[in-house]
Amino acid sequence: MKRKDFLYYSAMGMGAFLLPKTSLFARTIDPQEALMERMDVRLKKELADAALNAAKSKGASYADIRIGRYLNQFVSTREKRVQGIANTESYGVGIRVLVDGCWGFAASHKVTKDDIANTAALAVAVAKANAKIQGKPVQLAPQQGYGEVSWQTPIEINAFEVPIQEKVDLLMEVNDTAMQNGANFVNSMIAAINEQKYFASTDGSYIDQDVHRIYPNFNVTKIDRQSGKFQTRNALSSPMGMGYEYLKAGPEDKVSGVVTRYKGRYDILEDVKAAAQNATDKIKAKSVEPGKYDVVLDPSHLWLTIHESVGHSTELDRVLGYEANYAGTSFLTLDKLRSGNFNFGNENVNVVADKTQVGSLGAVGYDDEGVKCKKWDLIKNGILVNFQAIRDQVHILGENQSHGCCYSQGWDDVQFQRMPNVSLQPGKNKLSVDDMIKNVEKGIYIIGDGSFSIDQQRYNFQFGGQLFYEIKDGKIVGMLNDVAYQSNTQEFWNSCAGVCDESDYRLGGSFSDGKGQPSQSSAVSHGSSTTHFKGVNVINTARNI
Amino acid sequence: MAILTKEEAQSILKKVIGFSTADECIATLGGSEEGNIRYAGNAVSTAGAASTMSLGVSAVYGKKVGTATVNEFDDESLKKVVQRAEELAKLAPENPEYMPVLEPQTYDESPTFVEATASIDPMKRADMVGKSIAISKQQGLESAGFLNNNTGFRAMMNSKGLYAYNKSTNVSFSITIRNQEGTGSGYVSNSFNDVNKLDTGALSSVAAFKAKNSAGARAIEPGKYTVILEPLAASDLVSWILRGFDARSADEGRSFMSKKGGGTRLGEQLFDERITIYSDPTNPDLPSATWDGDGLPLKKTTWVEKGIVKNLAYSRYWAAQKGVQPLSSGGGGRGFGGGGGMVIQGGNSSLEDMIKSTERGILVTRFWYIRSVDPQSLLLTGLTRDGTFYIENGEIKFPIKNFRFNESPIIMLNNVEDLGKSERSGSIMIPPMKIRDFTFTSLSDAI
Repeated sequence: MKRKDFLYYSAMGMGAFLLPKTSLFARTIDPQEALMERMDVRLKKELADAALNAAKSKGASYADIRIGRYLNQFVSTREKRVQGIANTESYGVGIRVLVDGCWGFAASHKVTKDDIANTAALAVAVAKANAKIQGKPVQLAPQQGYGEVSWQTPIEINAFEVPIQEKVDLLMEVNDTAMQNGANFVNSMIAAINEQKYFASTDGSYIDQDVHRIYPNFNVTKIDRQSGKFQTRNALSSPMGMGYEYLKAGPEDKVSGVVTRYKGRYDILEDVKAAAQNATDKIKAKSVEPGKYDVVLDPSHLWLTIHESVGHSTELDRVLGYEANYAGTSFLTLDKLRSGNFNFGNENVNVVADKTQVGSLGAVGYDDEGVKCKKWDLIKNGILVNFQAIRDQVHILGENQSHGCCYSQGWDDVQFQRMPNVSLQPGKNKLSVDDMIKNVEKGIYIIGDGSFSIDQQRYNFQFGGQLFYEIKDGKIVGMLNDVAYQSNTQEFWNSCAGVCDESDYRLGGSFSDGKGQPSQSSAVSHGSSTTHFKGVNVINTARNI
Repeated sequence: MAILTKEEAQSILKKVIGFSTADECIATLGGSEEGNIRYAGNAVSTAGAASTMSLGVSAVYGKKVGTATVNEFDDESLKKVVQRAEELAKLAPENPEYMPVLEPQTYDESPTFVEATASIDPMKRADMVGKSIAISKQQGLESAGFLNNNTGFRAMMNSKGLYAYNKSTNVSFSITIRNQEGTGSGYVSNSFNDVNKLDTGALSSVAAFKAKNSAGARAIEPGKYTVILEPLAASDLVSWILRGFDARSADEGRSFMSKKGGGTRLGEQLFDERITIYSDPTNPDLPSATWDGDGLPLKKTTWVEKGIVKNLAYSRYWAAQKGVQPLSSGGGGRGFGGGGGMVIQGGNSSLEDMIKSTERGILVTRFWYIRSVDPQSLLLTGLTRDGTFYIENGEIKFPIKNFRFNESPIIMLNNVEDLGKSERSGSIMIPPMKIRDFTFTSLSDAI
């Protein structure tokens, strides 16, 4: 259903129409309608001004406020049973101030003018207390005020407007399909997120944004009681910055091959049928012989390798040591960037950061410190050319404008530098997956993400996957098990033998990338086409206990 | 105030239950007041304070359950959240595994709340961090750390009159100290209910010592080594086992606790006979709430005794299916035990004794980025970090480059050589461990 249709029916007092099965239970409020209530933007501006004025009067040289309403909906099931339906709403304000060159932050779930003024005063007190252990004063890149502006994720179907029953019915069909096709167990879920966030700062911006994300997922298990073995296969879906339309795939969204993969939109029923068969096949698959292999990595797998080895290593806060105590630092340094000739990878490797890509998890109009979002190069023809930086960092790069990648997971957490979508650009020459595989003598074709681990400076990594296919003399000859590959970031990206063309380009992503203390979760997409890497070390992960 | 007393929380929850017209209703109320300082490069980077309170309502019709949450508490908002939960419940299909809410229970007291921790203010935090930064600066090192204190409460009530309440405090501190050249790194972390047990200066001195002494690490060949795991390193791996005591997954054949041919490993000798694991929410060194999310009382429970699996955790539904008493594994925390209370019993050796008795081995400060590779064998991968040292003939010889490991903690707890004294590490009590044949598979250049 289109958004305008919802508004039409709501206006007609027919909210219950959206929930056809509720006609059995005459209720005055339907949850979807309740979820659509919003604070008037004029009121938000008044509250924001109260915070900004209070902060300034207490001595802040800069202040920003985020008034956030965060809606989450989770529907989770296993086999024939709904495990949980949860709608959560979190609502409050976070105020950040700069006093004597030192940051202070405070947040409150009470959203009245008085409470907001008190919270602003607390943020100032925090900044003043910390000023005595402050090193160099914060240097904030200049930022123009945008006045009153708004932005919305370009969705077709608001997932929160889709009846719960429709989601339950779909997941029950998913589970039934899995069980009919030989699975012993199946879990499935749909998660939807809506961030309604209002940002205002003393720079003169008042930004109202409505951000949507969706994530359908399942896990199918096959048990072999006799041997005591079990195997699982997860969905080949991706979390997306989209509405419920993500679950309405047409033929054009399907990528055929050894197993169907999805582009833009996702067919969960088709995928779960394949998954049940894959899990059964995995029980009988050959255990891999460890050694050097060429690996051909599907975008449903490669996104995670990009995320860990390129996305995290190019975060400037890690490079500078801000994350030393938690997520870690980076093998990349300012010297390597400034040299202008650091070979992150070979000439096939072009990576961009992008906060504007339609359908991606990271796409917003403005970041959480009021900077308009953009796209920029990180690695060009294999050479490191930039990092990811926000307002209090870009001066270190000799730039005077933030990259616009500041984010906070909620109103009660302070915003900081978070990874934008970081994507490998497709190859410029026409190259299909089939043609790529034809050129591999001894290799493994890996689909779907699995186990993942990387060191704190992003050198040494190990990745598993969902599906592994052995390639011999240019042909797929069967399924493998117990596969993980280990490599070193720079060595790996310099072994890139080719990237398929843009017709194969797809997004993968993480709904919950962790960073910061207190730890915050962020959603980020990574695009790529299928890519070939030469001579990668593969280990066998089977053990007996 | 986001911290309500037992009586204040009870009064809100009574209202909520009163607004419900469902067959059954469960309301949970929680709040926290939190403050933190994060620092890097010997200077504060972010700092904040947050106060939050949240109410969750589950309404039940027959076996249909709907849940909604809210963080506004005027009567109108309370009515609204109850209505939303009821709407969702009516839309929900029947949950055949739904268990009726519990009758009122009695709970043990646990010393989870300490006034001194609750009264930490921004100045106190700045002082504590100042002590840490001073040590790093004096020694010409770079520190990055995090100090966080939290006062919280949790309360639940159901429509049969069960009421449970817990108020707790926590302060946690972690610090990474690196040398200026970036060639050495040390780390320490711990958390306590009582801020008086936390000495940020003393912990920072340990991290500084490791930063200086881990510089100039040499590469040695990956392979199987005897390792001495400091308590933090041991807990990094052992906590994964503690997540696997769920009876249902074991019965279903999809856990390392599943038996070949069917059934579970309850009663089997799964570990070395020196391994005993129990949970005790009233342990004064590691107190936690004495009730779980269902309102079931949490009592002292032995999970592993002399290497034999003595108990598996049964949800109320699974217990009813299997004809046994429900046994809660607690809720939240580091995998298990109600956010605390898990004790891995130790031996008598000191860390120094273990090093002295080692002909050739590796001392590990901590592990990092640990992920499951194979849930059947609980094979894990990850890396050493922030202080890895080579031991020869009973002495620490030199720092070594970090390793990636691929090892199962189940195999590891069968290869026990020696155990030290159990101590608090984060939210469990665990001894330093000497383990033979630990598998390192590749080298990392990370420092």
